[in-house]
Amino acid sequence: MTTMTGTTQATRVIPGHAKPLWRRMLLTRESAIIGLLVLVVAVASVTVRGFGQPITLNYLLLDIAPILLIALPMTLIMVTGEIDLSVGSMVGLSSVVTGVAVQAGIPFEAAAVIALLVGVVGGAFNGFLVTVVGLPSLAVTIGTLALFRGLAVGLLGTTAVTDFPETWTTLAKARIAGTTIPYIMVPFLILLVVFVILLHFTPFGRGIYAIGLSKDAARFSGVDVERTKFILFMLAGLVAAFAGIFYTLRFGSARGDNATGLELQVIAAVVLGGVSVFGGRGALHGVVAAAVLIGVISSALRLANITSDVINIVTGVLLVLSVVAASVLNRLQQSRRRPGRPPRVTASTAT
Amino acid sequence: MTFARKRVAAIAAVAVTAALTLAGCADTGSGGSPTDGAGGDSENLSITFLPKNLGNPYFDTSSKGGTAAVEEFGGTFNEVGPAEATPDAQVSYINTATQQGVGALVVSANDPNAICDALNEARDAGVKVVTFDSDTNPDCRDLFINQATAEGIAKIQVDLIAEQIGDEGEIAILSASANATNQNAWIEDMKQLLADEHPNITLVEVVYGDDDDQTSFDKTAALLQSHPNLKGIISPTTVGIAAAARYLSTSDFKGKVALTGLGTPNQMREYVEDGTVTAFALWNPEDLGYLAAWAAKALITGEITGAEGDTFEAGKLGSYEVGPDATVLLGDPYVFDADNIGDFDF
Amino acid sequence: MTTTPPTTRIPVSGLTKRISALGRARELGILVALAIVVVAATVKNPAFLFSNDGWRDLLLTPSILMLVAVGQAIVIITRNVDLSVGSVIGLTAYLTGRLFIDMPWLPIPVVVLLAVLLGAVLGLINGALVAFARVPAMVITLGTLYAYRGINVLWAGSTRVNASDMPREFLAVGTGSILWIPILTIVALVVLAAAAWYMRNTRGGREYYAIGSDPAAAELYGLRVTRRVLTAFVLSGALAGLAGVFYAARYGSVSSQAGAGWELDAVGAAVIGGVAITGGVGSVWGAAIGAVLLMTINRALPILGIPDFWQRAVVGALIIGAIVLDRVLAVRQRRRLIEARDDES
Repeated sequence: MTTMTGTTQATRVIPGHAKPLWRRMLLTRESAIIGLLVLVVAVASVTVRGFGQPITLNYLLLDIAPILLIALPMTLIMVTGEIDLSVGSMVGLSSVVTGVAVQAGIPFEAAAVIALLVGVVGGAFNGFLVTVVGLPSLAVTIGTLALFRGLAVGLLGTTAVTDFPETWTTLAKARIAGTTIPYIMVPFLILLVVFVILLHFTPFGRGIYAIGLSKDAARFSGVDVERTKFILFMLAGLVAAFAGIFYTLRFGSARGDNATGLELQVIAAVVLGGVSVFGGRGALHGVVAAAVLIGVISSALRLANITSDVINIVTGVLLVLSVVAASVLNRLQQSRRRPGRPPRVTASTAT
Repeated sequence: MTFARKRVAAIAAVAVTAALTLAGCADTGSGGSPTDGAGGDSENLSITFLPKNLGNPYFDTSSKGGTAAVEEFGGTFNEVGPAEATPDAQVSYINTATQQGVGALVVSANDPNAICDALNEARDAGVKVVTFDSDTNPDCRDLFINQATAEGIAKIQVDLIAEQIGDEGEIAILSASANATNQNAWIEDMKQLLADEHPNITLVEVVYGDDDDQTSFDKTAALLQSHPNLKGIISPTTVGIAAAARYLSTSDFKGKVALTGLGTPNQMREYVEDGTVTAFALWNPEDLGYLAAWAAKALITGEITGAEGDTFEAGKLGSYEVGPDATVLLGDPYVFDADNIGDFDF
Repeated sequence: MTTTPPTTRIPVSGLTKRISALGRARELGILVALAIVVVAATVKNPAFLFSNDGWRDLLLTPSILMLVAVGQAIVIITRNVDLSVGSVIGLTAYLTGRLFIDMPWLPIPVVVLLAVLLGAVLGLINGALVAFARVPAMVITLGTLYAYRGINVLWAGSTRVNASDMPREFLAVGTGSILWIPILTIVALVVLAAAAWYMRNTRGGREYYAIGSDPAAAELYGLRVTRRVLTAFVLSGALAGLAGVFYAARYGSVSSQAGAGWELDAVGAAVIGGVAITGGVGSVWGAAIGAVLLMTINRALPILGIPDFWQRAVVGALIIGAIVLDRVLAVRQRRRLIEARDDES
């Protein structure tokens, strides 16, 4: 940044915008993930037999739909620097609540609404403990991970409720007319638009980034930190409950240990998609691409008859690599900005 | 992140998803049907076995039989399965088999209803579906290979335990997973038999070990702790009886609490020899897998359609006939005890 | 201006006494809870405590978790967490079995040592990533939880190690007792005592507390933070490795799913035992008692007539209760410190 004395116009160059637009857009982590996704899809279509079929997309989207759904609020939570490990257990709990209610004779629609309410209450519980009592979200959500899962298993034991109205189970797997895209993509796209607007086009969303970058600075700037976090945890609970209802219908089975380990897959997708674990950085398009990437890799490996454990190794390694790479890149960038290398300055044009 | 950049990112997010959606639409230009012609082909002898879970010695043996059969008639054999015996875990493997367009799927179901939709999708794509060991709803499969009649299996275990505890006292059942079709069928028959023929025996509890070794082990310990007057345990699952025997043989209750059920000779040999278990029953799972594979092949080549009265060849087991409800019966259960346990190796 | 040096009465001594009393009160509190659970279960069914089997199971079952909880406590005290211990247990238990099958000529102590070594190496990987890449331990160990379990399943396939594959003497150690105390419990108690002495009485041990309380201050003070964090993870891995050996000896049958979910119990045991998740507070004794409490509740529930399906919910409620209690105590302590400071001025 430089100012010229005198009558000539002063131009300030903000380092973040020093590079041309195309470089700023394409050289982000999100673009790297999208590029990797395209590459993997291309390679898989050629090398794996049966991958290029239309039905692959159908099964792929059905498999990753819960992850895609929950990754949306999880991104927002992780951008504020918090974390929610209890989402997988909430999926299980809402699945069990749906099953128990249906078994007790309550019509499915009402049972689904009850499950959604349970999700909101669970999320509010998390939010309360984090914002009002002031506990670290890691500890709280480890506790609620156990608590929600425990309630789910306690309510049903190891029995599974498998008797759901056929109209709903077929709807869960039905495809949009003429395509192989499952119907669940419609609510997902709606939610995606909502979250994109929330994060990028509202003061609430800007507050989220502010909290992630510096909680105290955000508070002094007028952002209601506690209320924001509380709402985010409630959203996570609500979306997780919705994903739980979908999961139940898709597999036709409500069981206490449904979706065990789902939170790890969601966090892997979020972190891989460029969201910094320290908060303050991240965008939804990277997360969506990362979730699809993990799904594509799983699907391709499964079709190639490689067992599901390799998929887990790949996910785990990807998670570790992406976090370590982000940290290393960060430190490289910082070392480059040290004195000895002054930022570019542009001379102002003479009037 | 500045204002404008986030707007760009936002639009990019929607664009990416829209692109994927359009890709999906484009893909279906070649028709929305899931088949690529490989399924439904009478020459496609690729058979995939999908047991309740992997890592279960019982299913290892049945898959051995399946492999032998497949080699005999020149097909290809594949085995997939989840690590835990839950209903929803099998669905993704069924989906994958559908995508791969295999000739037939041979399944032991963790739940009668949960995998029905996935199985019917497979059948629509031309994959033949044979269930063995644990059935589903008859509407979603082409054939069921039953090891023995449910009544026969229940009766032999009840008779064994009655003999071992003197026909009176408390007993408990250590089952596998709570939804397994075969387990629930046998337990129902056992309860009926106890009510009708053994009024002095009380069934105090049914616990579920989920076909997991550690869980079954811990549940046995809990049973013995909670019911101090327990005289016998029936475990109609090979994983359960092996774990229960292992716990009993190092506990004070060895010899005082009778243990019987369905077990494999190799796993139970040392417990029969040290007196923890007197006698138990089973059939030959290798024969079961062998028969299932041959039945699948008969369906693929069109030799049978699954209607009652159809007959087909099953290699060295001879020829078999399809009974009511599209069920094929392997034979009768067999009792193992100290006299004959040395003769078997499975 | 002349000043007389103020009389140096160190005002904090009373406070530190009260704080350390609070800490001891926490361990005492859990001990009381444990006693209540045991008494309640024994009243319902005397065989819970007074039969050979009951007594043995009461002491034996928690020994495995105790080891893991101690390792986890050390890591949490440094303000990190190790979520991969369950997978480490699985890998080392399977290695133990495999060594017995493939190399039966190896003496048992060597097999044990190799398993512990594997655990230490796996912990080293975690520690290196956390200490050198400066990435939050939670994310790293989440990734390695996945990766290690995947390697375990890949290696084991669908096979399992059976009791007949392992030497009798080894299994006898798993279920045998000396003077009515199970051998595994004795080993666990020895390890616990060693860890407690190390954490409390050596300089290295105290440094963990310093790093957990305020990492920046520890760095400025000159403590070798990287090395200490590395050691903490190696210890956690090694203890999980030993727990894997115990698992193989106790249960006699190892599949690829051994130890799955134990990381949650380990963290829960530590947190319930008074180790604050924000680091710097707690003791390994507390974590060990927490482990015993958790496992005993698990065994007592069916006797008390509660289906043991509710065990996980009880654990979750206890964890939340414990961290809320920690928070309330911390707030109160802070207030007292401020009051004391204000009183002095």
